[in-house]
Amino acid sequence: MPELHHELGMTDLEYTAVIDTLNREPTEAELMMYSLMWSEHCSYKSSLPHLRDLPSDGPQVVVGPGGGAGVVDLGGGWLAALRIESHNHPSFVEPYQGAATGVGGILRDVLSMGARPIALWNQIRFGELSDPRVRYLFDGVVSGIAGYGNAVGVPTLGGEVAFEPCFEANPLVNVMCLGILRSDDLVPSGSLDNGDVAVLLGAPTGRDGIGGASILASASFSEEDVSKRPAVQVGDPFAAKKLIETCLELASRRLLVGLQDLGAAGIACAASETAAGAGSGMDLALDAMPRREDRMSPAELLVSESQERMLAVVAIADLPAALEVARRWEIEASPVGTMTAGGTLRVFDGDSIAAEVPAESLADGAPVASRPAAKPGYIDEVWAAAAEPQAPLDVGGALLGLLDQPALASKAWVYEQYDHMLGMGTVVGPGHDGALLRLRGTQKGLAVSTDGNSRRCLLDPRRGTSRLVFEAALNVAVTGAKPIGLVDNLNFGDPEQPGVMWQFVEAVAGLSDACRSLEIPIVGGNVSFYNSSDSGDIMPTPVIAMLGLADPMPETPPRLDAATDGMGLWLIAGGGDVPDFAASAYAKLMDGELVGRPLPADPVLGKGVIDVALQLAGGGHAAVVHDISEGGLALALTEICMMSGVGAKVDIRDWRILFGEAPHRVLVASDRSNLADLVDLGDAVRVTPIGRFGGDVIHFGDAAPIAVVEAAAVWRNAIPRRMAGRSR
Amino acid sequence: MSVAVVVYPGTNCERDVMHALRDVGAEAELVWHREEDLSGFEGVVLPGGFAHGDYLRPGAIARFSPVMKGIEELAEAGKPVLGICNGFQVLCEAGLLPGALVENRGLRFICRFVHVRIDSTDTVLTRATRLGQVLRIPLNSYRGSYAVESAGVESGLVAMRYCDEAGEVDAEHNLNGSVDSVAGLANQRGNVVGFMPHPERASDRALGSGDGRVLLESFVAALGDA
Amino acid sequence: MKVQVEITRLPSVADPEAATIAGALRGLGFTDLVAVSMGRSLVIDVESDDATKAEASVRRMCAQLLANPVIEDYSVRVLAEDEAG
Repeated sequence: MPELHHELGMTDLEYTAVIDTLNREPTEAELMMYSLMWSEHCSYKSSLPHLRDLPSDGPQVVVGPGGGAGVVDLGGGWLAALRIESHNHPSFVEPYQGAATGVGGILRDVLSMGARPIALWNQIRFGELSDPRVRYLFDGVVSGIAGYGNAVGVPTLGGEVAFEPCFEANPLVNVMCLGILRSDDLVPSGSLDNGDVAVLLGAPTGRDGIGGASILASASFSEEDVSKRPAVQVGDPFAAKKLIETCLELASRRLLVGLQDLGAAGIACAASETAAGAGSGMDLALDAMPRREDRMSPAELLVSESQERMLAVVAIADLPAALEVARRWEIEASPVGTMTAGGTLRVFDGDSIAAEVPAESLADGAPVASRPAAKPGYIDEVWAAAAEPQAPLDVGGALLGLLDQPALASKAWVYEQYDHMLGMGTVVGPGHDGALLRLRGTQKGLAVSTDGNSRRCLLDPRRGTSRLVFEAALNVAVTGAKPIGLVDNLNFGDPEQPGVMWQFVEAVAGLSDACRSLEIPIVGGNVSFYNSSDSGDIMPTPVIAMLGLADPMPETPPRLDAATDGMGLWLIAGGGDVPDFAASAYAKLMDGELVGRPLPADPVLGKGVIDVALQLAGGGHAAVVHDISEGGLALALTEICMMSGVGAKVDIRDWRILFGEAPHRVLVASDRSNLADLVDLGDAVRVTPIGRFGGDVIHFGDAAPIAVVEAAAVWRNAIPRRMAGRSR
Repeated sequence: MSVAVVVYPGTNCERDVMHALRDVGAEAELVWHREEDLSGFEGVVLPGGFAHGDYLRPGAIARFSPVMKGIEELAEAGKPVLGICNGFQVLCEAGLLPGALVENRGLRFICRFVHVRIDSTDTVLTRATRLGQVLRIPLNSYRGSYAVESAGVESGLVAMRYCDEAGEVDAEHNLNGSVDSVAGLANQRGNVVGFMPHPERASDRALGSGDGRVLLESFVAALGDA
Repeated sequence: MKVQVEITRLPSVADPEAATIAGALRGLGFTDLVAVSMGRSLVIDVESDDATKAEASVRRMCAQLLANPVIEDYSVRVLAEDEAG
């Protein structure tokens, strides 16, 4: 059936590879499985060769990339599991359900390690809010995250919200989840015995997402065509909550030998990966799968992406106990498969065989796609032009302009719709540099920051990505937590374009460099390609999600709202400030020109500043420790003032220093007079007193003062006033 | 003195409530909604979350769960019964408290600290507080707006109202648009209380406020009642 | 002129809410129950004397805002004078 494989998005070469593997033509069910398992989304066929050399080792790493989630050791018998995924295309088609099912999927990935999901972060990017369709998408995505996350009982502690025209027809919805578990509860992987039983847990199977979301996103459907539309997956957080409790009880009672989420490519993926991971085969009985709809074909049952399902593997002797656990939680549990010797996945439809393929060929056999990379033409042009925006008419006016940019404004409109207090662990919540959670019953705190910067990564993917790693590490350090591991989400355009591939390869190189400098292992990641629309590819958008461990957690961790009258203001940075305006928020505000080459990360200075921030926060020497990023020093200080409700006076007059975005800089508010003596600065870092907090206005040098309440009103209203009139 | 913390499918604050009750000295145990008999307990808490997904209406399906029998028996016997957030909705649907909870005024989930003023100390949740005392406690709900036909409020006892930092009750600080700014409501006897904000989330200063502790302490002290 | 819109889930799209309600009704002993489906009903008052035009306008409202065709279907019906109340 040579036409069908094209319809399913397979190349002739891939189709030939399937025939070579099977020594025959595939059945419809087999072809459907291969087309999905060998898709870019499932196989990483374009990216894998470039990801192999990323540093992923460290004494704390328990499970590295390739597992259901990365797992790191926190000490004291505790482990953390973390994972990040994208749900970009589904969220464009159906923003509420697309975002909701993105949250559900990432929770189940973390759950598959035996971990209880304890917090979520979302990195969401849209076009500009002046467009009504963008407002619809933004509202729908936020509602979907809130609707699912709040109900399933996992707090959403923040993330990122950004706006650029390139995301208008291709929003980015990335979701990161953190889970914790006792080391004894880690679900084993790899060794399964013949006769072990695969049990399908959770929701019945319908025709959800057949053919995958990528087909959905690339096709247009007329009104008469209703029946042909692939059904969008719909999440059910209420079922997910029961599924979480069921799986955690199975794990803690040692009733599991394996556990996997059913996500993309449904049970075809879960069954083949489970079998291939153990070097086994599996006999799968489709008749045993509970269904939501009638007359489903074997192919449909195999690749359905119905939500809220997990595949548990249990020893045959434990099966009755496992089924009893599920029954008590009111979760449907159906033994559907048996582990076999020999490595073949055999799918039975009644007595006949619908598919019989080597499990490993599905899970790991996709032919690698060798994609040429070439530096795109724009790079030399933007590097040749210096980013030199015009001087502001007045500092206060420019500052108010920045505060009114939705990307820089208060995100309270977003995070107040998320339950960020559930679980009673939130010590530092959304709206700060990094979030900090306490781990009940221990002295430990876990910090997470997620960071991306599309504009900077467009101008220089390598430098831009490297700086993100330093920034994310700094953002967890300011809470008193030491960075111990990260996951990344690499959002790029069409990898068949050599320019996009170059951006990707450069970004991975920057990621690798920075992680090696900071000795932070990458424990997992996700690649999302084909983020493009009629108006072209998106800006390259790697997102870094950093995990930090504070042990013990500081008694009073620094927070942005803790500055008070009389406290001193310090700048922690390297020598000689060089303003960096390439991709800066100020340049975007003043003339919108996106040119220049951003400064690279400085490994020595960057590490030094992270160390100093960690000492200040961990030692309780500072009330506020705040990373200077978009909008520069002026915006960072204003954020402290607005959140703390106090003014400040700064002895800096040069607007270039106030608004430039050079890396590795931190502002500190403290009542200590001898800050420099309290920490070990090393060779590269300087601590400079630059002002003092007090009053209710902010003075930048001799510029006209800005009232804190006036600034705060602009900052708080920037998003609500644009979203006014939108309610569900 | 043991408290049952009821878990419906979809409840999600059960562990928080259990820990917070234990922190103030009570024994607390999770009880699945299929359990009918709560006679071994001195009181019961219905924690927040989304019982049965909040499908149809919050509490609409939960009121038919077997555990409702045990809850009604404790209420009847004058033992302390507390519904927090979704638990408040369940108590209303079950008819143990008057009124109902509907969508917030702005049709959005609200997650933030709010202030509430104590307007009655004759309830098991507020006994250890002072009239007029202002507490800072997180509000975390989508259907948190208390609704009742006029004069309905009077059939219950308003325990707490949303207010500003100084204790002034006004429309601006009634974020979800509740009738009469009702945040917490009891039956006339004072032993069955529904409260929309989450006292357990304000039971430790490290989490931003310890103001909810006095409410939980009141509740636990009342376990010997009746 | 009043136009009634019924918005329902597409048959192959999961509806956890309807499924949960069905389960609860069964639990209460309604053994004759086969399935529950849910939707939203809106009545839209349109300034028009022409039923065809009114219906077309409401259909455009459905396509643009009221329903998302990837998960929902809709039907539109102009209400007769005595139904419109």
